[in-house]
Amino acid sequence: MTDFQKPASGQVLVKAEGVRKSYGQLEVLKGIDLEVRTGEVFCLVGPSGSGKSTFLRCINHLEKINAGRLSVDGNLVGYREKGGRLYELKDSEVALQRRDIGMVFQRFNLFPHMTALENIIEAPVQVKGTARAAAKERARELLARVGLADKADSYPAQLSGGQQQRVAIARALAMEPKLMLFDEPTSALDPELVGDVLDVMRQLAQDGMTMIVVTHEMAFAREVGDALVFMDGGVVVESGHPRDVLTNPQHDRTKAFLSRVL
Amino acid sequence: MTSVKTDADEIPAKHAIKAIPVRHYGRWVSAVAVLVLLAALIAAFAGANIQWPITGDNLFTSASISGAWHTLLISVCAMALGLLLGVLAAVMRLSQNPVTSSVAWGYIWLFRGTPVLVQLLIWWNLALIFPTMFGVSTNTLITPFVAALLGLGINEGAYMAEIVRAGIQSVDEGQAEAAHALGLSRAKTMRRIILPQAMRVIVPPTGNEFINMLKTSSLAYVVTYGELMTKAKDVYTNNLAVMELLFVACFWYLVLTTIFSIGQYYLERYYAKGATRTLPPTPLQKIKTNLFSLGRAR
Ligand SMILES: Nc1ncnc2c1ncn2[C@@H]1O[C@H](COP(=O)(O)OP(=O)(O)OP(=O)(O)O)[C@@H](O)[C@H]1O
Ligand SMILES: [Mg+2]
Repeated sequence: MTDFQKPASGQVLVKAEGVRKSYGQLEVLKGIDLEVRTGEVFCLVGPSGSGKSTFLRCINHLEKINAGRLSVDGNLVGYREKGGRLYELKDSEVALQRRDIGMVFQRFNLFPHMTALENIIEAPVQVKGTARAAAKERARELLARVGLADKADSYPAQLSGGQQQRVAIARALAMEPKLMLFDEPTSALDPELVGDVLDVMRQLAQDGMTMIVVTHEMAFAREVGDALVFMDGGVVVESGHPRDVLTNPQHDRTKAFLSRVL
Repeated sequence: MTSVKTDADEIPAKHAIKAIPVRHYGRWVSAVAVLVLLAALIAAFAGANIQWPITGDNLFTSASISGAWHTLLISVCAMALGLLLGVLAAVMRLSQNPVTSSVAWGYIWLFRGTPVLVQLLIWWNLALIFPTMFGVSTNTLITPFVAALLGLGINEGAYMAEIVRAGIQSVDEGQAEAAHALGLSRAKTMRRIILPQAMRVIVPPTGNEFINMLKTSSLAYVVTYGELMTKAKDVYTNNLAVMELLFVACFWYLVLTTIFSIGQYYLERYYAKGATRTLPPTPLQKIKTNLFSLGRAR
């Protein structure tokens, strides 16, 4: 543990009120309420199929919500409110919102036809219009930060899973997001590679990045997390400080889940 | 990356295995059988009623060379048009806009559903129903080249559309998601992320399409475009050496298709970049290993 102390409570960055999402007949999110504050590491845990990924994908509008309110930094995700009515944003406006939100996927989703460096500079160059040389310099810094300074010219297929995931984190960071979403970033990795990725995330948390992390790594949640939500069946069952929820769960469903994963 | 070593480099001499290789008697038996059949075939053609010297004399005449050149030209142009239309139609077909995707569907349905020979003749005879277009006489507009280009290219586009669509759909959905999550627009996601990866699936059948196009372009003789078949026909209507001139045409088609098969191979290798850790061998390397393994048959 570190004695590093984060700002006690920043302003609310992500706010969900009664967020619902259905796929056809299947209601996956049944009214989610939560707040994520600036600088916080917010952990989302729960059994498979509870809607964790779905909720995460709603935050950067990879999925459209059916009801409720979801805002990032005071702006509704995917909509504009005018005169009491909601207007859908155009694709280009959605893309603009997404620039500030980094996402890291379970299966990395690196672009296989590009080297690590090219993966990282793609969005800054194509979306922000950063000059290639400047973007490359920044990409090398980021690669060094995730401990892969020597892998700039490797293709994803030439990297281990843990290395790929660290490149994916660097790729998301290259857009200088205010918020990072992690969807089970270590669950596709061999056990011995998990540590490297968690180290990078721990460092990122210390640097003050706001992070929403879906994870089954309870030790990480307890050590690094500032808040934790336990979801089941599309609702928030229990929330609080990770220490409290993990060591002293109040709800039976939480207890049952934790007894299985801890 | 580190260079690839063969195991032979790494095994110390004293541990090197000296085993008697498996004997492939079957290979030798089949090789003999093939040689016998080949000899019979050559004997048959040598004794046939063909004036080989006429074929030989016509191989490199200016008419033949010009024919080959025009076959190449129209094939490349029609293929380029086909690729352009194919990518466009494929992207339109996958669009969420129902109007756009129906237009693409209609195009593919119409041009894939009718014979290319008929399409060529329709373009060629367009003046019959539209005597003028854009204030110009249709007959000046639709030259043999234009008719061949439109007929072959637009037809090809309908086939390419399906190939490109299959390619696009072969790319993992996570790729588009990752690109969107980074803030890339739909168009940039398609152009920078999806299409380059789809190429690996698109290139091999496209190579086949092009080789088909080299041969299908022979149909352009119906619009009097001066490619190989037209030239061969011109010559044999004069000297009546039909088979001899058809063989000349075959010779040039084989030359062209062989060259492009080799080109296709290297193109596929290029687009395999990133998909595999090591590139497949070049044809030369392959020939070497093949000879080696035949040599081992003893
Ligand atoms: N595109 C989709 N279409 C239909 N149903 C979907 C879709 N995506 C997710 N679902 C369903 O929504 C439910 C929640 O899925 P989600 O991926 O959010 O769960 P999760 O909590 O992330 O689970 P896991 O821990 O296994 O990743 C599941 O029942 C899943 O089958
Ligand atoms: Mg999930």
